[in-house]
Amino acid sequence: MSIWVLRGLREGVVTTRWPGRPDAYADGWRGPARSLGPADSVDPALCPTGAISAQGIDQGRCILCGRCVAERPDLFAWSRGATGPAAAGLSRDALVVPEPPETDEAVEAARARLRARTAALRRSVHVRHVDAGSDGSEEWEIQALLGPVYDIHRLGVFFTASPRHADVLLVTGAGARGMSGPLRTTYDGMPDPKVVIAVGTDAVSGGLLTESEPVTGGVAATVPVDVWLPGSPPSPFGILNALLIAVGQL
Amino acid sequence: MTMTQPGVTALWDELCSRVKTGDRFAGLSGTMPDGGPLVLSAYLATARGIDTLETPLPPGVSGYPALTPRLGAAFWYERVIHDRFGVVPDGHPRLAPLIRPGPPEEHALPRHVTGYGIFTIPHGPVRSGVMEAIEYLVETPGEAIPHLNMRVFYKHRGVADRFAGMTPDDAVLLAERAEGIASVGHALAFCHAVEQIAGCQPPPAAGLVRVLHAELERIANHLDVAVRLADAAGLAVATARFALHKERVQRLVSTLCGSRFGRGVVVPGGVAALPLLPPAQILAEAGKLRTAITADAGALMGTSSFLDRLRGTGPLTPARARQHGALGPIGKASGYADDARLARPYDGYPSLTLPSAPAHAAGDALARLRVRWEEVDQAFGLIRQAAEQLPERPGDPARLPCEPVRGRAAGWAEAPQGEVLYDVELVDGRIARCQPRSASFHNLVLMHEVFTGDILTDFPFIEASFGLSVAGVAL
Repeated sequence: MSIWVLRGLREGVVTTRWPGRPDAYADGWRGPARSLGPADSVDPALCPTGAISAQGIDQGRCILCGRCVAERPDLFAWSRGATGPAAAGLSRDALVVPEPPETDEAVEAARARLRARTAALRRSVHVRHVDAGSDGSEEWEIQALLGPVYDIHRLGVFFTASPRHADVLLVTGAGARGMSGPLRTTYDGMPDPKVVIAVGTDAVSGGLLTESEPVTGGVAATVPVDVWLPGSPPSPFGILNALLIAVGQL
Repeated sequence: MTMTQPGVTALWDELCSRVKTGDRFAGLSGTMPDGGPLVLSAYLATARGIDTLETPLPPGVSGYPALTPRLGAAFWYERVIHDRFGVVPDGHPRLAPLIRPGPPEEHALPRHVTGYGIFTIPHGPVRSGVMEAIEYLVETPGEAIPHLNMRVFYKHRGVADRFAGMTPDDAVLLAERAEGIASVGHALAFCHAVEQIAGCQPPPAAGLVRVLHAELERIANHLDVAVRLADAAGLAVATARFALHKERVQRLVSTLCGSRFGRGVVVPGGVAALPLLPPAQILAEAGKLRTAITADAGALMGTSSFLDRLRGTGPLTPARARQHGALGPIGKASGYADDARLARPYDGYPSLTLPSAPAHAAGDALARLRVRWEEVDQAFGLIRQAAEQLPERPGDPARLPCEPVRGRAAGWAEAPQGEVLYDVELVDGRIARCQPRSASFHNLVLMHEVFTGDILTDFPFIEASFGLSVAGVAL
């Protein structure tokens, strides 16, 4: 056993200092595409998920294929950074850029409402995850939070097996109908106050899997979503950021 | 090569006789082109490639003689065909829903073993820990596990049907998301099929970049298995160490292409772009990772309390592995190795040296982990060779035009879980049929059979040692 202790110590501290200090990997992260202006001259078929409309780009549908950035660099660019208030939306509409229909006051009001709801959770947050039809990659990125680099325990965030002990529900996947019942049961089993985070573009909108017989095209059809996190999949920093937004720590 | 057979019985006869003479049964799928009668397609892996044998059912029939009684490996494949098209394989031993959830009233727990004190533990689909949705029904008198059942339909997403009508450039994005932890493997298998239809050969540099990403994906997946095994054994530091290595591998991948899963790299005709890091730096980074991972893997394989949990756990006999055509590390650990990179090489692999895996026959969780460490080591060797060869091809484009119009082909690639197979048909430049078959689907059914003598606390070890993804099973 001692061999492992020595191995662990020899590496030194590998844990990120974020959110206390900035993290270069988080800041350099390539997020969903954003539009630089009105996109009415763009063929909507350019985007495989139909994220592009005349107003701009719906990041909740973006699967980061980069086709728009490559074809029309004058109109589209990657967003940079996995963290910060803009990296996750408090409403589905907030993910539409460049001009979300909401004003700054409305966004601040939404944050204040969420903060008030989750005030009691701030120092000890228990999280339950449910896979509602993911491709498997989101699970990897959530699991990474338990590893030494992200180590969410240092922030007072813990995963729990029982929904009865959970404050936050992380939902991944495009909303497989086979999971609608189990997902709803899990949500109903959580005590109030509770917060739901849709993790990944699939959970936000279904991504390439739009509404059809097997999927609902996003998890909002089954549970009310509070925080919308695009990404295919989002980075562990993005998930951490969304978690801290959900419980009012950011 | 696609060969049409005169009828279902003739198809099964031909299939079974070729399996007897050494070809491997690689899958079975159904399609209903334009709502017409069901067409059954069986896939055989040969030394030359993948052969497709197929036959349409006569119009108006609602059943056909099942293959499963003659070839057990078809067990899940025929259930999928039944789920998707409602056509009944007559004589199939157990035609319960597999990938499509039936009405909830039919979700009563199936029970196979009866006896004093036997009960069923339903484990899932919402599992403890961060896991994909699957339901294990563990029938047990308390400790031994006389029978295990699996229900994978909870997260069925209809991926195979979603492909229809897409352009190849869009469809490769969906292939990457069929089984997200093997994005590169799926994209490769899909693109190989499309490139074969188009008669297009990706530039050599692109072939090397594909190898780089495929092998990094393999390392990340095998490290994930190591994390889960160490976690199951309660080795906190080892769990953290392998999680750290896995994170570093994923960060290297994201430095190369922007995605931590190598998404967007593989496109029909080559790769979207050459790596963002110069080959010399890839060599240096991979070298550092190799040293660190090799040292920790050595320490893990010298931790006797850990090895005790794996030795003899979840054994798959060589005879069963061969009979089923077990893929990837599961097959190799049971002495059955049919690695697509060696047997049917593609992309950069023919120009690289890939030693064949040392023979294993124990077939237990320990042998599967040994195979994974050997594959990790070989993967670093391949990455080094590919990164050394890349600068020798400075003028190569990343991608050649690849605009297939019409045709049919099977594509394959060796994902971390084993061989991935895509049966693609294009009409007017769009997908008319795309049938993905993941290694996870082919291998997961074997978990029914490996619990002989194992007890409940062995369950996490056996599950982790399989290293499969439910997304690729339920599709």
